[in-house]
Amino acid sequence: MLAFLIKRGANAVFVMLAVALLAFTIFRFFGDPVEMMVNEQATQEDRAELRERLGLNDGFVTQYTRFVTNAVQGDFGISYRNQQDVMVLIGERFPATFELVLVATVISLVVGIPLGVITAVHRNSRLANALQLGSIVGVSLPSFVVGIMLILAFSVSLGWLPAFGRGETVDIGWWSTGLLTPSGRAALVLPAISLSTFQITLVMRLVRAEMLEVLRTDYVKFARARGVPVGRVTWVHALRNCLMPVITLTGMQIGNLIAFALVTETVFQWPGMGLLFIQAVTFVDIPVMAAYLMLVSFIFVALNTVVDVTYAWVDPRLRDDAAKAGGANG
Amino acid sequence: MTENVLDVRNLRVEFPTRHGTLTAVDDMSLTIARGEILGVVGESGAGKSMTGMAILGLLEPPGRIAGGQIYLSGDRIDDLTEPQMQAIRGRRIGAIFQDPLTSLNPLFKVGDQLVETIRLHTGLTKTQARARALDLMREVGIPAVEERIDNYPHQFSGGMRQRIVIALALCAEPELIIADEPTTALDVSIQAQITALLKRLCRERGTAVMLVTHDMGVIAETADRVAVMYAGRLAELGAVEDVVRRPQHPYTVGLMGSIPSLRRDDVELQMIPGSMPRLGSIPAGCAFNPRCAHAGPRCRAEVPRTHGNGAACWLAQTGSTELPAAEGAKA
Repeated sequence: MLAFLIKRGANAVFVMLAVALLAFTIFRFFGDPVEMMVNEQATQEDRAELRERLGLNDGFVTQYTRFVTNAVQGDFGISYRNQQDVMVLIGERFPATFELVLVATVISLVVGIPLGVITAVHRNSRLANALQLGSIVGVSLPSFVVGIMLILAFSVSLGWLPAFGRGETVDIGWWSTGLLTPSGRAALVLPAISLSTFQITLVMRLVRAEMLEVLRTDYVKFARARGVPVGRVTWVHALRNCLMPVITLTGMQIGNLIAFALVTETVFQWPGMGLLFIQAVTFVDIPVMAAYLMLVSFIFVALNTVVDVTYAWVDPRLRDDAAKAGGANG
Repeated sequence: MTENVLDVRNLRVEFPTRHGTLTAVDDMSLTIARGEILGVVGESGAGKSMTGMAILGLLEPPGRIAGGQIYLSGDRIDDLTEPQMQAIRGRRIGAIFQDPLTSLNPLFKVGDQLVETIRLHTGLTKTQARARALDLMREVGIPAVEERIDNYPHQFSGGMRQRIVIALALCAEPELIIADEPTTALDVSIQAQITALLKRLCRERGTAVMLVTHDMGVIAETADRVAVMYAGRLAELGAVEDVVRRPQHPYTVGLMGSIPSLRRDDVELQMIPGSMPRLGSIPAGCAFNPRCAHAGPRCRAEVPRTHGNGAACWLAQTGSTELPAAEGAKA
C-alpha cells in the first residue's frame, strides 16, 4: 500500500510540474508582464529596472524554477486589475465554490445511488420507467435553464429561498463558510440543486447499469443461496461491487463541477471562483488566469489521486503489486 | 419407512417465453435419505441444475415451479414465501456452486463472509462466529486458518476457494447440500480432493447431498445412487453400481459407452448419434426415441415414466416397444 501511495504521489507531482510549465508560459510569454504593470509615462530605464527586479532577464529554467517555488508557496503575483495578491483574491472566492460543489456532490450521491439501485432491482416496473424517463430530462436540461426555473419557482413565485448571493458567512480562519448561518444555508439550496441535477442522473444511470451487471453474478446468487436476505444482498453485497465506477465518476466530476460551476455561479451571482475567472478573462488579468489554471489542475490531480487511493481501499485486489492482481479491473 | 431428507414429487419447472412455455423439468421425482449422496447426471440443458435451483427456490424469473411438491424432512418447501425460504436457504439447505472463482464476493474477506452466514443462521456473537468460522475452515482442510481467515477470495487458489464455499455451505449444519457441479471448474487432482472432502463430510455429519454433475466418473466415485436426466425428464434412477454396470435405459447405456477408460483402451468409444432435443422441440413419447436404436411405436406415442427406481423406458419396463393392444385402441 505504501509503495502504491508513493508511486501515485510521484505521478501527481509530475503532472503538476507540467501544468506549471504551461501556466508559466502563459504568464511569461503572452504579452509582456512589464508592459502590463507599468503606467504609460514610465521611461525606458524604469522598465529595464522593473524587468531586472522581476528577474525577467534570467534564464528560462531559473525563471521557471522561481515560478514553481513561488506557486508552491501560494504566490502567483499581483492581479493586474485589482492590484491585490492573486492568492488572496482566490482564497476569498474558493470557499464559496468549494461548498457549492461539495453540497451538490453529496446531493447527487445521496439521491442518485438509491435511485439507481431501485431502477435496477425493480426494472420494468412503472416507477423505474418513470425514473428512467425523468433522468433523460435531467441529462438533457442545461444547468442554467434548471437554475432559472428553480429561481422562478422557489424565489419568485413561492418566495421560499433567495435567488442570488451567498447569504451571511462566518469566517473560520481564512475560510468563510455559509454552512453555519441559516441565510447561508438557504442561499446554498437552489444553486446546489441546480448544479447537481445533471450529476444525479449520471450517478443514477451508472449505478443502474452496474447493478444490472452485478445482480447477474454468481456471488450474488450464492449469497442468496447462503440465506442472506434479498435486501442485504442488494444493498451490501451487490452495491459495494458497483461503487468503483461511481467513485471514479464522482471524483472526476468534482473537478468538472468546480470548473463548470461558473455557469451556475453566474446564474445565481454566487461569489465563487467562476465569477472571478470570468472577470479576469474580461480584463486579461493574466496572473489570476494562471493561478486559476494551476488551482483547477491541482484539484483535478488531487482528486484523481484520491480516487486511485480509494480504489485500492475498496478493491483489495488493487492493493497487491500489479502483476499479482492480473484479473483486477484496470 | 425412514423419512427422507429430500423428497421431490412430480416436480415440473416451466419457463414462459414469447414462443410458448418451455418445460425445463418434467415430472421429476427423487428422494435422498440422511447421509446419502445422490448423483444427478445429464448433458448441459438436461434440467439437472434447474432441479437444484428449484429446490433452493432460486429459479431465475420467469422460471417457476409449475407442478409437484418438494418436501424437506417432511416439510413442504416449494410453496413457501420468499422470507420463509430465506430462513431455509443456508440453514437447512446448503449450496455449492460450480465456479469457486465467482461464487465468493471479491470485496469481502472470506472470514467476513463466513461470519455473516454463521450469524444469519445462529445466535452467535461475532467472536463466537469467528471461532466457528476458524473451525469450519480447518474442517474443510485449509491450512494456516488464523492467517487465511482475513484474506480476500482472490488470495486463494481455485481448490481452496471451493473449500471455502463448502465451509460456507456447512455454516449452519444443513440437512441437505445441493452441490451444483462442484468440481467442474477444478483440476483433476483437486477434483478428487474436493469429492473426497464432500464424501467425508456427508458421512461424518449425516448430511444428504444432491451432487449435480455431468461427470460420470465423479458420480461413480462419490454417489450412492444416481439419477440420469435427459431433456428435463428422469431417464433412469438406481444404485450407482447397477446403473454403471447394468444400465437399463438406452441413453444410460450410451452414456456409459462414451466414457473413456484406461483399462479398455482396445475398445472404441461409443457415440450416441444426434444430440439432445432443445426444450421447445421435445418429440412426442420418449424424449430419446429419435436417437434410440430400439425405439418402437409405443416409444413414439407414450411418455415412459419412472418414479423412485428403474428406467423410464418401455423396453426395460415391459420388454416390448409395441403399443399394447388395449392402450393402442384407446389412442
